[in-house]
Amino acid sequence: MIDSFYLAWRYIVFNRVKTITLVLCISLVSFLPFALKTLLNESEHQLMSRATTTPLLVGAKGNSLDLVMNSLYFSKEKPDFISMKAIEKIMDSYLALPIPLYTRFHARDYPIVGTTLDYFEFRKRTISTGRAFAMLGECVIGADVASRLNINVGDSILSSPENLFDLAGVYPLKMKVTGILDKTNSVDDKAVFVDLKTTWVIQGLGHGHQDVKTLKQSGDVLSRSEKSITTSAKIKQYTEINTANLESFHFHGDPSIYPLTSIIAVPQDEKSATILMGRYLSEQKNQQIVRPKQVIEDLLGNIFQIKEFIDAVVLIVAMAMVLAVFLIFSLSFRLRQKEIGTILHLGCSRSTVVKLIGAEILIIAMFSGMLCYSALLVLQHFQGEIVHKLFIS
Amino acid sequence: MGDFCLINIDSLELSYGNSGFRLSIPQLKIDDAEKVAVIGPSGSGKTTLLRLISGIIVPQKGHVSIDGTIVSRLSDTQRRDYRITNIGFIFQDFELLDYLNVEDNILHPYRITQALKIDAQVRTRASELALELGIQNKMKRLTNTLSQGEKQRTAICRAMMISPKLVLADEATGNLDPSNKTKILDTLFRSADSNKATLIAVTHDHELLDRFDRVIDFKQYCEAEAV
Repeated sequence: MIDSFYLAWRYIVFNRVKTITLVLCISLVSFLPFALKTLLNESEHQLMSRATTTPLLVGAKGNSLDLVMNSLYFSKEKPDFISMKAIEKIMDSYLALPIPLYTRFHARDYPIVGTTLDYFEFRKRTISTGRAFAMLGECVIGADVASRLNINVGDSILSSPENLFDLAGVYPLKMKVTGILDKTNSVDDKAVFVDLKTTWVIQGLGHGHQDVKTLKQSGDVLSRSEKSITTSAKIKQYTEINTANLESFHFHGDPSIYPLTSIIAVPQDEKSATILMGRYLSEQKNQQIVRPKQVIEDLLGNIFQIKEFIDAVVLIVAMAMVLAVFLIFSLSFRLRQKEIGTILHLGCSRSTVVKLIGAEILIIAMFSGMLCYSALLVLQHFQGEIVHKLFIS
Repeated sequence: MGDFCLINIDSLELSYGNSGFRLSIPQLKIDDAEKVAVIGPSGSGKTTLLRLISGIIVPQKGHVSIDGTIVSRLSDTQRRDYRITNIGFIFQDFELLDYLNVEDNILHPYRITQALKIDAQVRTRASELALELGIQNKMKRLTNTLSQGEKQRTAICRAMMISPKLVLADEATGNLDPSNKTKILDTLFRSADSNKATLIAVTHDHELLDRFDRVIDFKQYCEAEAV
């Protein structure tokens, strides 16, 4: 048997181009259904694990999937905003704990999530290094953000402008990193968490600048009255919040209408959840309340319908491939009739010829299997990233 | 003809279906260590004779015996085992495997049967034969990089590996230039002599015939319809 494998190996090495092509084709056809299954399982796991732990989500009326994807996975879909009044409404109902989320901004491609410390408690997130944000302008970063950007506690991270060409827009805010979250293999690893007010500062609703009362240069003050002081644009705006300039930061307008992306509502019990949902259905025309699990199940239902179709396509391709491989082998054996004849004339038995051919097929199948398995290992290593890019981002 | 007869063909008859080819050999004896040339026109059954003797095909009537063994009465498996362990066959066009190097081609019979085993002695014999035939420095080369003469010597080496008592050569000097023909025949004779083997060589080269002990003209045994 060893000799059969040796001879088969020599044949395969001699016909390496044909063999490599065959191995690649078989590997690819074997890889596709497994890869699809792996990715779908991972997507189901990633999507469902977060959805099942988020009982209710309140947001602006519109696409419920966009709302869920943005609030749970910080995807780039931007649902319409709701105001802080929605928080007050839930608080006043005593039916659920509201956890606000504002996910409009980014820092170096990582979403900035404006929220409260309740979020960490709700998601059971712990800080591995440092502490939680305590002051305006401080942030806690996910484990992947820290490792990929090589940022440690005490370093800073800049918010990215929403539009590069908006020269008159707000300045990027330099945020101080006070803590790094433990790695959880979730989207929280790839996010920058700040206090809700910090996101409003990034938006320009709140800002800090030089004390205008003490301005002396005449060019800086345009007009001064008892009630107000009007300054020119030359006044120095702070792009970093620290203990020295913290006092100068202030917000303009009515805080109750400040924007939010959504609210995670954590009801006291199922009854409270049902009552809250009923109230939103009957009273709220501009807001919606959804159960994320239900929304994700609907999405997965659609994905699995597509999977069935893809499975059928892969099956047809695999059948065509099997026929093609069969044809390649039969043509190859026809071309090798003289060689097989020589072996038989020398005194080789037909069973040995079958062994030789079997060894060749086995080696090709083994290489194809190894290649397919290796590709699957690579896929498994990156499946989280791929699923995030394909189904979430 | 000597006292001891190695090959005895008796009342042999073979025909190929409707092709009109019919081979009939009432009696043919070939002595031990005899060197016999088989000549005849194309299609007269010279190659068929070698295949009958080696047991690749079996006659419809009569029998072929080698050293007392009636080859045509052996089972298929027995005939294969007998052939690979007792007969050195040099095929027309060499029939070397192009995906194996010279060494592997020489050792090929040992890799395709349970009846032969490769050991250190066999490898040494392969090296000695290669040295004797002047291909010792080509052992690791693929056969498609060899000259016709080198291929022929590799084929002879493969046939002589088992130290056969019977060597069958099917146009071993075909397609070679005159100087190579002589060299190959010298090699073949030398190898057969060293094993005290009987040599039956099918040939078209009439200028080489005087070197053989006996020449058998196959015209007398064959009936073939003109095409």
